[in-house]
Amino acid sequence: MSQARNAILGRLRHRRDGALTAPTSDFSVVSNKQWSDEEKIDLFQQKIESVHAEVHRVTQDNWLETLKTLVQAKGLSDLLVPQKAAVGQAIRADWSETLPELRSYDQPVTEWKAELFSGIDGAVTDVRAAIAETGSLVLWPDQDQPRLMSLVPPIHFAILDAHQLKNTFYEVIVSEGWASAGMPTNALLISGPSKTADIEQTLAYGVHGPKELIVLIRQ
Amino acid sequence: MSHNPVQSFHPRVHEAIHNPQIRANFRKAMDGLMDKRLAAFPSDDDLQKMRDLAASIRLRALAKLPELLEKLEANLTAQGIQVHWAENGDQACKIILEICQRHNAKSVIKGKSMVSEEMELNHYLAEHGIDALESDLGEYIVQLADETPSHIIMPAIHKNTDQISDLMHEKTGTNKSRDVEYLTAEARQQLRERFEKADVGVSGVNFAVAETGTLCLVENEGNGRLTTTVPPVHIAVTGIEKVVENLEDVAPLLSLLTRSATGQHITTYFNMISSPRKEGELDGPDEVHLVLVDSGRSNIYQDDELLDTLRCIRCGACMNHCPVYTRIGGHAYGYTYPGPIGKILMPHMVGLEDAKDLPSASTLCGACGEVCPVRIPIPKLLVRLREESVAGDKQHDNSMVRGRGSKRNTTETLIWKGWAKMHKHGGLYRIGTGAATVFKGLMPNKIGAWTNCRTAPKLAASTLHEQVKARQLAQAKVQKEQQKSEGEA
Ligand code: SF4
Repeated sequence: MSQARNAILGRLRHRRDGALTAPTSDFSVVSNKQWSDEEKIDLFQQKIESVHAEVHRVTQDNWLETLKTLVQAKGLSDLLVPQKAAVGQAIRADWSETLPELRSYDQPVTEWKAELFSGIDGAVTDVRAAIAETGSLVLWPDQDQPRLMSLVPPIHFAILDAHQLKNTFYEVIVSEGWASAGMPTNALLISGPSKTADIEQTLAYGVHGPKELIVLIRQ
Repeated sequence: MSHNPVQSFHPRVHEAIHNPQIRANFRKAMDGLMDKRLAAFPSDDDLQKMRDLAASIRLRALAKLPELLEKLEANLTAQGIQVHWAENGDQACKIILEICQRHNAKSVIKGKSMVSEEMELNHYLAEHGIDALESDLGEYIVQLADETPSHIIMPAIHKNTDQISDLMHEKTGTNKSRDVEYLTAEARQQLRERFEKADVGVSGVNFAVAETGTLCLVENEGNGRLTTTVPPVHIAVTGIEKVVENLEDVAPLLSLLTRSATGQHITTYFNMISSPRKEGELDGPDEVHLVLVDSGRSNIYQDDELLDTLRCIRCGACMNHCPVYTRIGGHAYGYTYPGPIGKILMPHMVGLEDAKDLPSASTLCGACGEVCPVRIPIPKLLVRLREESVAGDKQHDNSMVRGRGSKRNTTETLIWKGWAKMHKHGGLYRIGTGAATVFKGLMPNKIGAWTNCRTAPKLAASTLHEQVKARQLAQAKVQKEQQKSEGEA
């Protein structure tokens, strides 16, 4: 409907009250927020726990043991794990038969939709960055860790390195040059498990996405 | 366009005000939301600076609106997202139907979108044999009840748990239960099956970024992510004013939006979509469309004062803080957008002929303007629309507001004309007020709606002019007597 397009743009261009002047924006109120590395970890943990996520502080040496303990404690029977990402490779290299079966998202969703939707208990992903101010994980899903991986299984384990923490979302966008680098198909901020308050303001978790979000911070 | 005939406005208000259930449900919910918003802004100084920033971002986007829309279109197209333009809701419905038909779609799953409510998309698709199912829990409940949302952020806020439990029991066979977890889990199961089968996903858009060609969606449930990822086709629909210039503009807007709306420092998901599934990717839709809808927005855009209406980021804070909304709820207004934002927006969408009662349904207490994260001067716009609804004289005589003057009535016009004339001419004024004082006994006890809940004002025994004159005379007399006695001494 290029007719509609031209009509709408025409009306916008020939404003009755004349052209508008664009004001400038002072971003200092968002750009001046800064915390020390320690404070960032504390703030991140406090914020994301306040929205019902579970956080474990681990080290580069013991994170895998913690993950193993957690998946066993949760009684999972299978776990979706990336194939290429370092996190996935580390898990695959040091897993045992007694632990939940490792699964791969290695085919288009249409090929195994029913199974993905009801047969997978949990998934592990890495993250691209995280935000201290709001307790958010930043994910750029890709072929190795597709979009539904962090959404459909009931439990999402996210592995975060402490040095990936930024102060604010604004800082992530600007310091990583998102606008100039070009955006991926899908970029995500995840802050807590899926939730709703649509029934009389009462919080309930896991309404459409994961019921549990478990974050391992590797220090 | 969805609305109830305007004659029903007052009866609906009456009904709502006398419905204790509605009063209780809204009071409780709005009190909670106001407290949460307050707690989310611990520093007033920061809040005010954030509001300045957000207002400047939205104003900048509006100042460059035509260029930004073209840039958005160019970037989206280059990234493989197809852009469509619609002058009104009907055109937008047709565009969406055509896309659905091209894919032989029978089942559509929807994420929350007020613009799709505005154009009554579900109804239109149903008429053409396509089943559109809402997947946001609140919207799902409202759809089960065959109702419309009563709040733009929390669609089912007018219902309490018992009412929802009964509804789900009746329509979907769940057990009657006050356990919100159970009800939510049941809804999850019912909707998951539909997500798996859906041919098309329809969503709204919170911000459309021109710089990068990115559609941003704000949500807590994950149904928005499912809607935009699982079905092979995703259609996003939005008003033309939702565009922002740069990606960095989104950060402060998001922060203000979620805090103003529900007091959350951020929602669970912020979903940014910039292209359909790329080669090698294993999920996501093969086709993504964006439908840009005007529906009166470009008309609002013409006017320097009314333009501010288009800054809105649909946070709902104005309704949460509105003493009228809190008492009558969202349905009594009778239009898609209730509360203060509805009162300044709906008259442009449906015309003042229909919506003439909306701008008056306000106490002008100013709460809405005080909490609005983008500093829309809502009370000022309400006054402007009140003037427009009775306009007919020189004021705003090049106004483009649809249906202006439709509330004008001859008696009232004559009275005010007389009033103006009297105040311009001293002689007339004195005769008029003098006559009013003499005949004050004839003043009726009932003066229209004013005296429904107030007593009629009584005129004083003498006019202010008469009183002042009498006082001056008395003073002069005293002075004279003083002089006299001084002289004698
Ligand atoms: S008018 Fe302001 S307060 Fe109301 S919904 Fe829009 S942005 Fe929020």
